[in-house]
Amino acid sequence: MNSHDGPGRCIGASLLRKEDNRHLLGASTFVADVRIPGLQDIAFVRSQSAHARVVSIDKPEGFEHRVYALADLGDIHCLDSGPELASFRTVPYPPLAGDRVRFVGQTVAACVAPTRAEAEDLAQQVMFNVEDLPVVVDAVEAIKPGTPTLFDGWPDNAFIHATIAEGDIARVANAPVQMRRQFKMNRQATAPLETRGVLAYWDHRLDELVVYSATQGPHVMRLGIAQTLGLPEHKLRVIAPDVGGGFGGKNRLMPEEIAVAAIALKCGHPVRWIEDRREHLIASVHAREHYYDLTLYAERTGRILGLKGELFVDAGAYSLWPSGPFMESSMAARNLPGPYRIEHLHVETHTVATNKAPLGPYRGVARPGACFAIERAMDELAYELGMDPVELRRTNLVRAADMPYRTIGGLTLDTGDYPGALEAVVDMVDLPTIRARQQLGESDGRRIGVGFAIYTEQSGHGTIEWTKRKSRVVPGYESATVRMLPDGTVHIMVGVLNHGQGLETTLAQIAAHELGIDPSQISIRHGDTSATPFGFGTFASRSIVFSGGAVAKASSMLADKLREIGAHLLQSTVQSASIRDGAVHAGGASVLLSAIARAANVRPEMLPTNVTPGLEITATYEPPDSGGVFSYGVHAAVVAADPETGVVEILQYSVAEDCGTMINPMIVDGQIIGGIAQGIGTALYEESPYDKAGEPLATTFGDYMMPCAPEIPRIEIRHFVSPAHNTQHGVKGMGEGGAIAPPAAIANALSDAFRSIGARFTETPMTPRRVSEAVARAKEGAA
Amino acid sequence: MKSAAFQYSRPGTVAEAIALLSAAGGSAMPISGGQSLLILMGLRLTMIDMLVDVSRLPELREIRDDRRHVFIGATITHATIEDGKIPDPSSGLMSRVASKIAYRAIRNLGTIGGSMALADPSADWPPCLIALDAEVSIAGPDGQRWEKAEDFVRGAYETSLLPAEIVLGVRIPRRKSARWGTCKVSRKSGAFADSMAVFVEASGEGPPRAALTGTTSHARLLPRVSQYAQDHSFLDVGDLRAVIIDDLAELVPDADPYQLRCHVATVSRAITEARSS
Repeated sequence: MNSHDGPGRCIGASLLRKEDNRHLLGASTFVADVRIPGLQDIAFVRSQSAHARVVSIDKPEGFEHRVYALADLGDIHCLDSGPELASFRTVPYPPLAGDRVRFVGQTVAACVAPTRAEAEDLAQQVMFNVEDLPVVVDAVEAIKPGTPTLFDGWPDNAFIHATIAEGDIARVANAPVQMRRQFKMNRQATAPLETRGVLAYWDHRLDELVVYSATQGPHVMRLGIAQTLGLPEHKLRVIAPDVGGGFGGKNRLMPEEIAVAAIALKCGHPVRWIEDRREHLIASVHAREHYYDLTLYAERTGRILGLKGELFVDAGAYSLWPSGPFMESSMAARNLPGPYRIEHLHVETHTVATNKAPLGPYRGVARPGACFAIERAMDELAYELGMDPVELRRTNLVRAADMPYRTIGGLTLDTGDYPGALEAVVDMVDLPTIRARQQLGESDGRRIGVGFAIYTEQSGHGTIEWTKRKSRVVPGYESATVRMLPDGTVHIMVGVLNHGQGLETTLAQIAAHELGIDPSQISIRHGDTSATPFGFGTFASRSIVFSGGAVAKASSMLADKLREIGAHLLQSTVQSASIRDGAVHAGGASVLLSAIARAANVRPEMLPTNVTPGLEITATYEPPDSGGVFSYGVHAAVVAADPETGVVEILQYSVAEDCGTMINPMIVDGQIIGGIAQGIGTALYEESPYDKAGEPLATTFGDYMMPCAPEIPRIEIRHFVSPAHNTQHGVKGMGEGGAIAPPAAIANALSDAFRSIGARFTETPMTPRRVSEAVARAKEGAA
Repeated sequence: MKSAAFQYSRPGTVAEAIALLSAAGGSAMPISGGQSLLILMGLRLTMIDMLVDVSRLPELREIRDDRRHVFIGATITHATIEDGKIPDPSSGLMSRVASKIAYRAIRNLGTIGGSMALADPSADWPPCLIALDAEVSIAGPDGQRWEKAEDFVRGAYETSLLPAEIVLGVRIPRRKSARWGTCKVSRKSGAFADSMAVFVEASGEGPPRAALTGTTSHARLLPRVSQYAQDHSFLDVGDLRAVIIDDLAELVPDADPYQLRCHVATVSRAITEARSS
């Protein structure tokens, strides 16, 4: 492993982000900023029925050529999605409705007009005639016998029933303490700043279809779109320009992408669709909606022996390509034991189809629900045993000496000091002072509470993990092309996508470290399938491990070549040559990289005889152990809650976290704060409810509550650094962790605030109404 | 979420505006800040053939201060009031209320007259202006008239405005010794109120007034609570809550237990704040 660069501008430096300049100037190029001559807009007709048989789609007279139904799109091969498991029921998700619609908002027809407003005028005139069918909106009810099914021929509404078990839960059946609790994390949207968007046209010069898409993975989307449309991949170029946040919601092949691409092939001019916020809230990737029924088995000392339970994931109406919804259920079940030394696990999972928008990944994927369930259950168990929740965690936490530790969920925690992080956060919130304040009471009648939650974050997992998940696409590696230009500056092309992670900066820092130059001499290129080597995109906290590794490897190989040429130019040996400060040094002499780059690129006669001209290296990288490396952290929230109105204020939020080596600590902090902001949204505000008829109730930001700046407290962060043994520079991915723990920490804080009356907080978001009702219920129970 | 096509006109005088609205016969709508109307049009929830832009009419931007009243033109923005850029008849209440309306970007454009004319059941100005015993100035084809704020709002998105009438402004009695309190419960900062109460009293300058909004209908004056406050210079919390519940039973009969808890909390806290100031 290379040593850190300390306070320099490479690894470990809090360099300002290269990409912020254009964003702060409003000079970015998002899909909606792209202008192609002749561009027209698409508006979709969307189903207003939650479940119905399609009778007819009547186009407005005189405008038939501007309205596309499924049959007008040509040959469409709907891809199988979800895990390659016989027990997983896969179903086609057509880009426009076939004979059935299964959720409000499903795309029915596409209308093309010179402007979006005119396209919406057309859409209003399309008559969509349906016969309504029975609606299924409750995942628990949905698999009971006699419930109507969404798909003909299915015995019930489950995409898959699967048991996740290790150890032998029967062996703890006589445990002295057995505690059963139910928890629910409700459905929400992903709500990035930039909504989705697709623009497509046939480029006659290159004889290819160009698809601009706000996606997290252009190469994988090319794979999906090409297969769906039957296009050879060399005739399809996918470009993700600036992308304004994705959080997982832009990492699935969606019907609009296919429809827009198919229409571009038919209509002869460029077309685009820009998702509006209403479409986003009702028909984009939805997230979470987990229901847990858990039983903890424990000794009276607090030592937890086993965990048994049932998990329902409400997956919505379709399975999204490539991964489908089962990843949500299996990851949640496998993460339920958390960072605790539990020896027996038995979870029955049900991944259930309902008449709602399809479920997809969202920052944290599955783990916010699992963390909420286990961390809330930990506090409930502590109350049951009359213990302090911190003490209960101390009793069960994986210790530094246990590392590497394989949890009963089958995840191998590689490095770290979990108890150390817990003690750090207990120290940061100053627990004795809070307890004293609680004794005094608040003059405004509010209650103060403190809650803790611990999470682990699997990152950088490759072939082993994704084949275990039976994934249709196995993101087992990343690639990078490093090219030094004749003046010694560098282009690096990568297959991941920077959409807010700061990768244009951190990848440059990694390359700068290897090449001995300043990061300002390096440009990172990404997001265009015709300009970058194949890669899987940015998701699952994988990019710093995989793409960082590929950049380090390719840069290191290029550095070897630079040293070889430099040594030759210095008439020295490669063994004595080193690279630093923009030059190759050997003996007492040095030669600038710009001179070496000039020789290699435009003066081949200056090269040693055994060295080929050019300075371009492509390398792929996968960490040697592809089961993943684990970041982790402990969050503590201090809240004040009004017992009457239920309004919650976060007074203090503290984090101790460990993501191994930090390439750029400022960006790490930014990721933590951004993740926590979204976690606070899950905890207190964001919810996409449906009524019994399958009608979505939060369709604008008037009803869908996003946390904004006033809702986000100052966040205090302390870093632990336990480098991974397995990755370049000891990095671990950490993009999601911030979003995992807040619902659990905040719910535990509320429970602590009302511990004396026994109010229970078991469902997110903890809106003022839910908090007030929990307090009222507890008071009634006590009366 | 793009509006259907519509006509746009920008009359130079109130009379022209009223003539345009009259001629359009119900398919036209006056617009100023547009912070509610444009969204409804974008969602195509309201179909309007013509927008009559009143935002630059000089009569609607007037501020008049005659020492007994302050008149605030309809197109004065929330931000202008928040920032104290105009005379304040309310000893700071209006600035406080303005500062809690939605977000600053909305306050920069949204207007006090527009808020009254839309009469959203959760909007901030109706309870505030009812508590301040304000009057609304209205102009229409049949001339100009005044209406008390509590009579002006009639229901959810319902006012006493007749076809082609527009709000010119609001007139608020000056209270030199005003004590006030206000409390709002919403799901987060900037969201519409689930419950909002405003209480104003000033010795020798009219009786105390308590108003509530966040109901399914519209902002209301709470008569029993107002009377209780007049009769009791020292509050008994239990009595006060009982009186509030009496008013709510009559005025908000459809409230569920949570809504009742919120209303009781906001009203009693508004009064408590006024009394402790």
